[in-house]
Amino acid sequence: MWRDHLTEIIVFSLLFLLVSAMGFVAARWRAPKDMAHLDEWGLGGRSFGGWITWFLVGGDLYTAYTFVAVPALMFGAGAAGFFAVPYTIVIYPMVFLVLVRLWSVSHRHGFVTPADFVRKRFDSPVLALLIAITGIVATMPYIALQLVGIEAVLKTMGVTGDNALARHLPIIIAFAILAAYTYQSGLRAPALIAFVKDSLIYIVILVAVIYLPYKLGGWGDIFAAADAKFDASPNPNDGILLNGNNQLQYVTLAFGSALALFLYPHSITGVLASRNRDVIKRNMSALPAYSLLLGLIALLGYMAIAAGVKPLPGAKEGTVDSNTVVPLLFDQQFPDWFAGVAYAAIGIGALVPAAIMSIAAANLFTRNIYKEYLKRDASPAQEANVSKITSLVVKVGAVACIVFLDPQFSIDLQLIGGVIILQTLPAVALGLYTRWFHRTGLIVGWVAGMGLGMWMLYQVASPTRKHFGGSAFPLSEFGFDTPKTIYVGIVAVLVNLAVAALVTLALRAGKVDEGVDGTTPDDYFADEGDPRVTPGAERDADSAREPVA
Amino acid sequence: MAAPEPEAPTTAPSRAKDHSPWNWLLFIPIVVPLIPAFFNGDSPRIFGFPRYYWLQLAWILLGVATTTLVYQMTKKRGER
Repeated sequence: MWRDHLTEIIVFSLLFLLVSAMGFVAARWRAPKDMAHLDEWGLGGRSFGGWITWFLVGGDLYTAYTFVAVPALMFGAGAAGFFAVPYTIVIYPMVFLVLVRLWSVSHRHGFVTPADFVRKRFDSPVLALLIAITGIVATMPYIALQLVGIEAVLKTMGVTGDNALARHLPIIIAFAILAAYTYQSGLRAPALIAFVKDSLIYIVILVAVIYLPYKLGGWGDIFAAADAKFDASPNPNDGILLNGNNQLQYVTLAFGSALALFLYPHSITGVLASRNRDVIKRNMSALPAYSLLLGLIALLGYMAIAAGVKPLPGAKEGTVDSNTVVPLLFDQQFPDWFAGVAYAAIGIGALVPAAIMSIAAANLFTRNIYKEYLKRDASPAQEANVSKITSLVVKVGAVACIVFLDPQFSIDLQLIGGVIILQTLPAVALGLYTRWFHRTGLIVGWVAGMGLGMWMLYQVASPTRKHFGGSAFPLSEFGFDTPKTIYVGIVAVLVNLAVAALVTLALRAGKVDEGVDGTTPDDYFADEGDPRVTPGAERDADSAREPVA
Repeated sequence: MAAPEPEAPTTAPSRAKDHSPWNWLLFIPIVVPLIPAFFNGDSPRIFGFPRYYWLQLAWILLGVATTTLVYQMTKKRGER
């Protein structure tokens, strides 16, 4: 019953209202002369320094869903759930090398999205459209999943209803507020709120990892309890260590997820909003602080085992909602007011990434669909306006996914999302280094990677379902005599690359037109204050150059 | 602003800005955390943490140390 959780609900609501107010005020924070420009609304004026970028990108990559789902995975499967730690270690050196180049070329040409870059680099509106659609499709379920994070918290507080509308009303209200201040303030809103969100999360987790082991008998006892649980379970692949069969899956999932994460439009939006190359590079040394936090959060799953937490029932009869284990652990172990703070941390933690993701998806639509196909001569003010409206549409879509469809559907889609966003790797990430691939080769490779990835995901069964049961593909399906599994995304992107390379060779032999590269080699290390970019020139650059290209 | 020439020749000094041998060091924190043989074991334990957990958390420091070193070694001197 919700009355037993009144203190928690009050603390949660107060903190939620506080950040909502901040979201609206953010429009005036570091205010530009002219907000009616996509660079301002969608990239915060490309002016964020070290601290803001740290909070913004940190708040963007480590979402509420991560904070809820990773410990839930540890709770259910053990060591395999710890992949989140290597995943968020290996991503930073890659960003350091690759996305810094994207920042430079985008800075000089005024690109807002990765598809803008692909359009110019490979002289192919079709390839850019594919990249944009991939980005939007991959991002939508990710936004919906943020709602799953909030719902886990609301459910634990007993805020439920008899029918679908009553049950979802708090989320609809929360997202309406979020939509309103994102519309008004753009990227400045999540940037400002991220300060509160991350501070709350750091406080909650530091308290949790010091106080809970003390209450539960120490780390030795916590690992012993987890070990005992997995020993008793019939599943051969759980345990507090990996076994011979899931190591390949663990490593490919960590690596593939890292590649996918930095290709997601919302990560790129966060990176492009920084002021210069040094800000990004310094942040690659500072952002792993969040990885440590995530590692400790993951271990909350074991603490929940040691504390004897029983997850709440799921949407369907006979299932459990393992996403509720962390909120339940807090409810059981913390005083009410602190549990309220912890819930607010998770709830606000959902808002920051949801805002950035909707902005990123809106930018993709505006730049690569609206401006490319619907209104070629759109002014910067019109672009900003279309983006603002699209961000509203995207959020309505995300809420509709959760209200009208089974939340499991969003989780499946997000699994697919990671695999499909990886298929933009050859054009976006490798494209930053080489133009060797032919534009048509990249398109054919994308089609091959997408097709194979979908088929593989469809084939994966889990104990509870026949299809889309996870991302661990059994190698025996390829005819290998082994129980080992591998992450679908890695296989799909390797096939994508191979096909792109073969088609490139064939087209080059046939002397098929490759288009003109609109970038020059020194674009890739241009920095703040570059003589070829002045704020005015940057804004007119595209319209001035379009007829030539 | 002049229209960019697609075939603009690459000048050696400008290439050097982005191509430092120090960058190769960044492959260490990409490869090492992905080798399970290092961390997939129980002993030794530290503060009750099996090696699997403390060593993977320790790779975070490896990542931070490497990116910091490469940043310091490749940052442009004299310009700021």
